[in-house]
Amino acid sequence: MRRIGVFVCHCGSNIAATVDVKKVVEMALKEQGVVHAEDYPYMCSEAGQVKIAEAIKEHKLEGIVVCSCSPRMHEATFRKCAERNGLNPYLVEIANIREHCSWIHKDMAEATEKAVILMRAAVAKVHLNAPLQAGESAVTKKALVIGGGIAGIQTAIDIADAGYKVDIVEKEPSIGGRMSQLDKTFPTLDCSACILTPKMVEAAAHENITIHTWSEVEKVSGFVGNFTVDIRKKARYVNMDKCTGCGVCQEKCPSKKPLNEFNRGLNTRSAIYTPFAQAIPNVPVIDANACIKLNTGKCGICEKFCQVGAIDYTQKDEIITEQYGAIVVATGFDTIKLDKYGEYAYNESKDVITSLELERIMNAAGPTKGHLERLSDGKAPKEIVFIQCVGSRCSDDRGKPYCSKICCMYTAKHAMLIRDKYPDTNVTVFYIDVRTPGKNFDEFYRRAVEDYGVNYVKGQVGKVAPQPDGSLMVHGVDLLENKQIVKKADMVVLATAIEPNPDVRKIATMLTASIDTNNFLTEAHPKLRPVESPTAGVFLSGVCQGPKDIPETVAQAGAAAVKVIGLLAKDKLKTNPCTAKADELRCNGCSQCANVCPYGAISYETKQVNDHGIREDRRIAVVNSALCQGCGACTVTCPSGAMDLQGFSNRQIIAEVDAICR
Amino acid sequence: MPVTENWKPKIVAFCCNWCSYAGADLAGSSRLAYPADVKIIKVPCSCRVNPMFILRAFEKGADGVILCGCHPGDCHYSTGNYYARRRMTLLFSMLDYLGVEEGRTRVEWVSAAEGVKFSETMNSFVEKVRALGPNVRLGDLRCKN
Ligand SMILES: Cc1cc2nc3c(=O)[nH]c(=O)nc-3n(C[C@H](O)[C@H](O)[C@H](O)COP(=O)(O)OP(=O)(O)OC[C@H]3O[C@@H](n4cnc5c(N)ncnc54)[C@H](O)[C@@H]3O)c2cc1C
Ligand code: SF4
Ligand code: SF4
Repeated sequence: MRRIGVFVCHCGSNIAATVDVKKVVEMALKEQGVVHAEDYPYMCSEAGQVKIAEAIKEHKLEGIVVCSCSPRMHEATFRKCAERNGLNPYLVEIANIREHCSWIHKDMAEATEKAVILMRAAVAKVHLNAPLQAGESAVTKKALVIGGGIAGIQTAIDIADAGYKVDIVEKEPSIGGRMSQLDKTFPTLDCSACILTPKMVEAAAHENITIHTWSEVEKVSGFVGNFTVDIRKKARYVNMDKCTGCGVCQEKCPSKKPLNEFNRGLNTRSAIYTPFAQAIPNVPVIDANACIKLNTGKCGICEKFCQVGAIDYTQKDEIITEQYGAIVVATGFDTIKLDKYGEYAYNESKDVITSLELERIMNAAGPTKGHLERLSDGKAPKEIVFIQCVGSRCSDDRGKPYCSKICCMYTAKHAMLIRDKYPDTNVTVFYIDVRTPGKNFDEFYRRAVEDYGVNYVKGQVGKVAPQPDGSLMVHGVDLLENKQIVKKADMVVLATAIEPNPDVRKIATMLTASIDTNNFLTEAHPKLRPVESPTAGVFLSGVCQGPKDIPETVAQAGAAAVKVIGLLAKDKLKTNPCTAKADELRCNGCSQCANVCPYGAISYETKQVNDHGIREDRRIAVVNSALCQGCGACTVTCPSGAMDLQGFSNRQIIAEVDAICR
Repeated sequence: MPVTENWKPKIVAFCCNWCSYAGADLAGSSRLAYPADVKIIKVPCSCRVNPMFILRAFEKGADGVILCGCHPGDCHYSTGNYYARRRMTLLFSMLDYLGVEEGRTRVEWVSAAEGVKFSETMNSFVEKVRALGPNVRLGDLRCKN
């Protein structure tokens, strides 16, 4: 029988006015194992803690119950007090007789009776408490950022500025992400490249940042503070150290058929290419599918023209293994495919385009050198119709249930830019609602309507019908006028819904980070921990977490960096010792616990067990205590009752239940 | 058991550490009364509550058991309360079938900011259990009836 001490606090009159503390002491002394009980006006005070210290020594206490305020207030205080006096801090239990008793009950007899019961439950529990040790694990002071869009770049720069090493892994040949494809940006209309390029240069030049482009994360193991990551550096066929970025290879390459991904497939590029002029690194890659030399052995023109001998057709993919303390996911987004939206004739007409394609068309480095023209015949459009919410806020399974958030604003931007540069082109926007809840956003939208004469029509478009003369008939409704509209247009622009980069599923699985039904990464807490994933050590930056514009992305990227810095600044991580543990003799390796664990903390090992004298190899659940957050989901799921949670064990909780129902 | 004038129900409330326990603390600091019949057991998450604990409580003489956790979508551990919800739906319908009436069991989502909701929930729950009278169905057969 454990020797227990019970300490009843008056909390001035907060407790003592409604709870007869003497009575609680008296009743405590009747409980099994209680060898000492006393009351004191302020248990948490220095003098109160001295009383506890003395009692621990004098009565050789092996467990303590403090009847006081909520454990959320002073559990840590009393645990520290116990620890200083040679008692394991996890042998302390709090009976909350203030918030849960004296403050809500008026009748002294009733409140005292309840306080006694709460004290009993705590005594019953503490008899079964195990002395737990908070573990420690070292922290690798380096971060990995997956995705080199504006989110990843900003997070990396912020972490690097704090003095920590950061690696960026970007699957494309250059960092920059979607922002590098944009022409001008709302709400200020500054040119995207002009604000992005300096950031890209800063990241590349930073002594603490290493950028792996044309690379992908292949495998992740380990846990917070100690991740091991395999990175596949895809064969570039160009020696990064030798290439000077002169670009002569791209000019001379005879293979000019591949669609230019950067320009959303609106034109073509050479087999050896950099996606755009300001690419970082400014070193081309060879598209192995399109390269004549790699496919037939002939050609080799780029090698001939390259003056520094940078071309290397023998390069192979390379896997590098690195250690990180923290991982940031910044994999961004893409626009959805429009195959299910036949009514907009996107696949039929070259003059029905997405907004992202329009960004490329308006961009001086784009397929039309920045001239607004129809892709079918190169003519300047005189009548343009924008359709908002294509695939967003959708109740059927063709599109997405959420609002893509950025489309109202970029459509207003497009409309305004077109009206500004081509005043005799008419612009009509079909919308469901115009949502402009950002700083200077509504003003921006109103400028489009009031100063630039953009014609906003509230209503949806049912059909876009390509006509034999090359024009497009737009059939829609005007809900405010309550009438059908048929409008002849030269060009139709679809504000297409955005969705998380499809690759994110693979990444989330590797990281055991959760994603929601729309593939956006889930936060640890939607309100209070918005940049952390529920998986310790994994952080979220940018649109991979939810739709955002650039200012919001940058803000969130900085927040993620702060969380990473906070982690890397620690030399050691204290781990919560209240973790799950499987009883090796009971576990039958059924795998059910791993299925419910939100943190991927459970794995299975073949272990030799000694089951009542019989030695045999069994598959047994093993909980990684650094990953386990102690929710207890597995303990209830376990059909063999093998899984239990330290600090909140089955026996402890049942002892409390029994004491309360006694 | 005959229902006497001063019969008081025994009520066990399992509260998750992150939301509902804090909600109960807020009810306390806001002095929002509810009957002293309610005794709270802190668990890390609503998903920690094994149906066995609830059966045990009824077996040991509890008249009502309530489980409180974070609102769906707000679980500290992301998904714990979804497991709890599913398990309790099954358990409660089974208990009802065994004669432990629906009104004696309840799951409620109470956030750390919902002191008022915590107190209101407990008041209405206790009222319901009082109306049902003592629980006799799962009482420990070996002792009293
Ligand atoms: C048509 C259009 C117009 C817009 N106009 C504006 C505007 O005017 N103003 C404004 O504020 N916002 C605008 N936006 C929004 C803006 O583009 C986003 O807010 C911003 O790009 C988000 O940045 P990000 O880094 O989160 O994602 P992204 O830019 O998508 O970057 C993600 C990066 O991660 C990489 N990646 C993805 N998966 C992996 C992987 N598995 N491994 C390695 N790397 C990976 C991608 O290649 C990419 O480089 C517009 C968006 C669209 C579609
Ligand atoms: S070798 Fe390949 S990349 Fe080089 S020029 Fe020829 S086709 Fe182009
Ligand atoms: S207690 Fe929760 S976090 Fe820990 S192993 Fe079990 S399910 Fe995973």
